[in-house]
Amino acid sequence: MTGRISRDGAKSDVLVSIEHVVKEFKVRSARLFARTKDIVHAVSDVTLDIRRGETLALVGETGCGKSTLARCVVRLHDLTSGRIIFDGQDISSASERAMRPVRRRMQMIFQDPYGSLNPRRRVGSIIGDPFEIHDLARGDERIRQVRHLMELVGLNPEHLNRFPGDFSGGQRQRVGIARALALRPDLMVCDEPVSALDVSIQAQILNLLGDLQEELGLTYLFISHDLSVVRHVSDRVAVMYLGTVVEVAPVHALYTHPRHPYTNALLSAMPIRAAERAGDRTEVILAGDPPSPMDPPSGCRFHPRCPRAQARCAIETPVLTRRLHDASEHVTACHFPLADGESLVSEAPAMALS
Amino acid sequence: MTIVPAPARMLARLVPPSAPPLLDVRDLHVSFQTPDGVLDAVRGLSFSLDRGRVLGIVGEPGSGKSVATQTMVGLTQGARVAGEARFEGRNLLTMTPRELRSVRGRGIAMIFQNPLSSLHPLHTVGWQIVEMIRAHDTMTKAQARTRAIELLRLVGIARPERRVDDYPHHYSGGMLQRAMIAMALSLNPSLLIADEPTTALDVTVQAQIIRLLRSVQREFGTAIIMITHDLGVVADIADDVMVMYAGRAMETATRDGLFHAPSHPYTRGLFGSSPRADVDEARLTPIPGQPPSLLALPAGCAFQPRCSEAIARCAVSSPALSSVDTDDGHRSACWLTAEAPSS
Repeated sequence: MTGRISRDGAKSDVLVSIEHVVKEFKVRSARLFARTKDIVHAVSDVTLDIRRGETLALVGETGCGKSTLARCVVRLHDLTSGRIIFDGQDISSASERAMRPVRRRMQMIFQDPYGSLNPRRRVGSIIGDPFEIHDLARGDERIRQVRHLMELVGLNPEHLNRFPGDFSGGQRQRVGIARALALRPDLMVCDEPVSALDVSIQAQILNLLGDLQEELGLTYLFISHDLSVVRHVSDRVAVMYLGTVVEVAPVHALYTHPRHPYTNALLSAMPIRAAERAGDRTEVILAGDPPSPMDPPSGCRFHPRCPRAQARCAIETPVLTRRLHDASEHVTACHFPLADGESLVSEAPAMALS
Repeated sequence: MTIVPAPARMLARLVPPSAPPLLDVRDLHVSFQTPDGVLDAVRGLSFSLDRGRVLGIVGEPGSGKSVATQTMVGLTQGARVAGEARFEGRNLLTMTPRELRSVRGRGIAMIFQNPLSSLHPLHTVGWQIVEMIRAHDTMTKAQARTRAIELLRLVGIARPERRVDDYPHHYSGGMLQRAMIAMALSLNPSLLIADEPTTALDVTVQAQIIRLLRSVQREFGTAIIMITHDLGVVADIADDVMVMYAGRAMETATRDGLFHAPSHPYTRGLFGSSPRADVDEARLTPIPGQPPSLLALPAGCAFQPRCSEAIARCAVSSPALSSVDTDDGHRSACWLTAEAPSS
């Protein structure tokens, strides 16, 4: 993606500060007749900055808390504790009324272009909604703005009277993007924006997001489980595991020398579309599935599955800090980070043949 | 009954190259009558698969990749089917439901994208594997149960003697897919059809499942048809690849042939539009436009309206698969690479 303002270092001020954010959900206990409620620790003490004009990707597997964190950033969830500072303003406990002007500046696009658009309303009025809600433009002026937005995202403005059902998945995602852009936001949270689209359409949307960032100076918080897409779009990447951030690094550094064993496992598990024979390519096979966020492990949350875990890992929670000779941008929460070029490839057989 | 991998492996290697293919599909057509007209899902598909090989079928939704394989095993009810699909010499498309039932399971097993919906939620996983074995095999319940435990252990379920009595909702997604593979393997099928088996799984679990399938193929000589939209998955597991678009094969090649030298403009378009995880790259080259509606296909080549290299002929008639590299059997259905038309 172009428009990597953060790379040249000239403009690196922070748009959003996420400070020690914790989000817990109370759920009804699975035990029969239980009086207490269980707590899902969805996000546990995350601190992260989003810089103006950059694309910060949040990656991780199902249930790692990446979507919850993003929803906390735009205050779709209230925080359990911690602070969100948006452009210098603490919005973590702002009232709905106080949030209104801030909401104009942060928008979200969703994974499901079918579920996120009302099927019974015309796309012109869907895209025009933000103007209505914030009472910004009416009548002909609103229609003019909607047409302009449709052109901006590559839709035919003549189609503003059609219904979402008349559009394909890729075009609907464009409608969602147009709606998000209506108020010229600073921050766009993109929650798996291309996962539901065909491969040939994915590329169109990714390129569009790149062009818009360059043109409008947008900042993206990009959530994805697809490591290929993340490498393509982001400037920096934060890897999440079970509610915590385990590594943050510029995209190239993360993909070429990951420090955290979990990052290493994720990257090596990813299918590589290479021309070279993969044949006996080995990957770090993590045993089993992530533990339940209702009862996260002590210390480093990854330690029960980590091939290099030691006693210390179960006791002492590692903090995000510079490891080995990394640049200051590259921080890892691990007591025993990987050296350059090291990989925890496992040779264990996939089948238990007796 | 125990699993003896070695002879099966030997068998796969001993089959002479001249042996007839395990599966031979000739000119398969599948269409559905819908309220909006006739939907042509598969339009003249031909391919063959040898014993012990892994064929990857790549295509986007609506390309006909799932319909084609489901038709072969009799899972597309109400479809109009023409052509031939010979499995071990017998045409699957003319079999009675009873004959087909015996082929499913014993000859051909299938696993699907969503394992939770393939298992009955009110029966234990073990019960379902036992049922499957006893439907096709004369075994006592106790024997079948022992075998079920053994299969679960084989596919990497920890403490199988305990997990065998768990219900599907006790299993995670990756474990369920392992259980499905155990069930599929229970009758030693010679062909396993895997329809997007890893699409619903996280990347680390996906890697576990692909690795398991690869060792199934190696140890038992099971041929696999891997249906996927993910070029990375194909690169990981397939020997041969068939790229489908709008119900037709656009290109068939060996895995290496396809990844080194993709020939068809659609295949090259797919490569250009998928971001790569192993290199930094500047910008994607998307394929313009949308896939066509199967109810109203364009004249000529189905890809021609989106193809930047289309020539006049493309809009007139549809090219057949023809050789682009005779050494490794690389074929493409494109007028640009078609041999000069013979009289």
